[in-house]
Amino acid sequence: MLDIKDLHVKVGDREVLHDINLHIGEGETHVLLGPNGSGKTTLLMTIMGYSQYTITEGKILFKGEDVTRMKAHERAKRGIGMLFQRPPTISGLKLGKLLNAISKTENSDIPNLAKSLHMDKFLDRDINKGFSGGEIKRSEVLQLMLQNPDFIMLDEPESGVDIENISLIGNAIGSLLEKDKRIVKRQKSGLVITHTGYILDYLETDRGHVMCDGQIKCHGNPREIMKDIKERGYRECLECRNP
Amino acid sequence: MPQPVNVPDISNADKGRLAQTGIDLSMQNRCGSYLQMDQDVVQSECTEQGIEVLPYKKAMDKYGWLKEYAWKVISPEKDDITRYVAAQKEPKGYVIIARKGSSNIFPIQACLFLGKEQIQHVHNIIVAEEGAELHIISGCASGEKVGLGAAHYGISEFYVGKNAKISFTMIHNWSENIEVYPRSASIVEENGVFLSNYVCMQPVKKIQMYPTATLAGENSVARFSSIVISPPGSYMDLGSRAILEGKGASAELVTRAITKGGTIYSRGHIAGKTAGTRGHLECKGLILKDGIIYAIPEIEGSVVGTELSHEAAVGKLAREEIEYLMSRGLDEDEATATIIRGFLDVKISGLPEALQKQIDASIDEAEKSGF
Repeated sequence: MLDIKDLHVKVGDREVLHDINLHIGEGETHVLLGPNGSGKTTLLMTIMGYSQYTITEGKILFKGEDVTRMKAHERAKRGIGMLFQRPPTISGLKLGKLLNAISKTENSDIPNLAKSLHMDKFLDRDINKGFSGGEIKRSEVLQLMLQNPDFIMLDEPESGVDIENISLIGNAIGSLLEKDKRIVKRQKSGLVITHTGYILDYLETDRGHVMCDGQIKCHGNPREIMKDIKERGYRECLECRNP
Repeated sequence: MPQPVNVPDISNADKGRLAQTGIDLSMQNRCGSYLQMDQDVVQSECTEQGIEVLPYKKAMDKYGWLKEYAWKVISPEKDDITRYVAAQKEPKGYVIIARKGSSNIFPIQACLFLGKEQIQHVHNIIVAEEGAELHIISGCASGEKVGLGAAHYGISEFYVGKNAKISFTMIHNWSENIEVYPRSASIVEENGVFLSNYVCMQPVKKIQMYPTATLAGENSVARFSSIVISPPGSYMDLGSRAILEGKGASAELVTRAITKGGTIYSRGHIAGKTAGTRGHLECKGLILKDGIIYAIPEIEGSVVGTELSHEAAVGKLAREEIEYLMSRGLDEDEATATIIRGFLDVKISGLPEALQKQIDASIDEAEKSGF
């Protein structure tokens, strides 16, 4: 699904990602861990195609196609989607109107989808204006439901969300990633950033990666990595150079 | 329901331009209409009980008491525009009188169309008596053939009685050749409400106006909302003023201004002259292409117990917002237009849904061409 090869990324004059290599197969969900400021969100925004992240070397292949120079909407149309940790507030833009613009089909049942995420009362509200942490994430998931991407990046889907909402959001994301299907039938792929790991209770992941200082330093079983980090912090990761 | 308006000598293109200002020639969802082409009064009628729509001269001849209302809130000596209109031997324009307790569910439309003359002048008087509720949509447009330097001079005097309400929604669709000089003022009595909305999404050579509401009565309310886009060559000098005199009076002045290369002066003035009054002034500007947005908000408090505030911001489209929408699959132009549409979205408290829809439709029309 996604192949990142020897990727270097700059923001302004500063290189922030160095020599990233990552392969995510069809039907797989990976988890990306790492301390604050290690470059996790930068990697996701780069894959999404945000213009402030300049790819200086390497490439991003999506379903075998080179998308390295494509704009965000071209990537979105090919099936890349993202749940943002802190999406912007857009004054005057109603959530319902954006959902209509995203779906572009008359068959999508926006009211019922909104209801399933308890967002039916938010369709006439300016997007993210005065939304709580949980409401922001539910709005993000709702948009992704209509977008229906094949590859979903999730930037801390549980941050700012209370326990009750985590299960709602977790289950919805699980369904977006076809976790309810047998492994062989699963076609959707994902990449999740999490600090707490709570979301992993709802989302079985196949592989974990640890990022430090703009590099992916190690790979492995996600639960084992998470357990290690919970017990020992990221100190060992920072010391680790070549797993 | 009034009869459809029969407009002589007007092209389909001009009919389309009128429709963009909210003028409905079929008269569906309208209870009355005043149509003036250049200096000719084409139609003047209203089917709503208790509400009259009359040409200015006819109204003056019919009701002697109206003389007390002419040039009362605007001085004929105010400037060259008022002097010109006051000097006319055959004054044009309309008078709308909503009698005590009357109300119109469907708005009255007032259409002023500048087809071929150099100057169109009107003097309008709008009276809502005690407890009346009056909604007016005023569509002003010019024809395809109108020449350079043509001008519209419009005097409007509003009288909002005790417990009465007037909403006046003005949608302009002039052209780059036309100069427009509205001069309007209102006086609002106890518990009265005056809503004044202005929308201009199309080019105009020059427009200059500074409507004033004097909130004389206790707990009277005024809300001014302006939504404008200024393309290259357009010069818009817009303002609104509220004088808070009655105890508990309040005013809100809201502007959304976008320049695509034109000039916008966005003025505003609220004077709090009595304790217990409140006023807020808000101007948000967006510069899409180099032009001028010059916001001049003034708040003037002169007594203990008046509360006045203002906020003004001029900026650009946020890249983060555009790319957020692009990440959802909208291309850059769609994302930009969607954000601009949101920026212009002003919901006016107390305005009937039909008129809010008309304002929205006028902006939606501009959105179709990507603003």
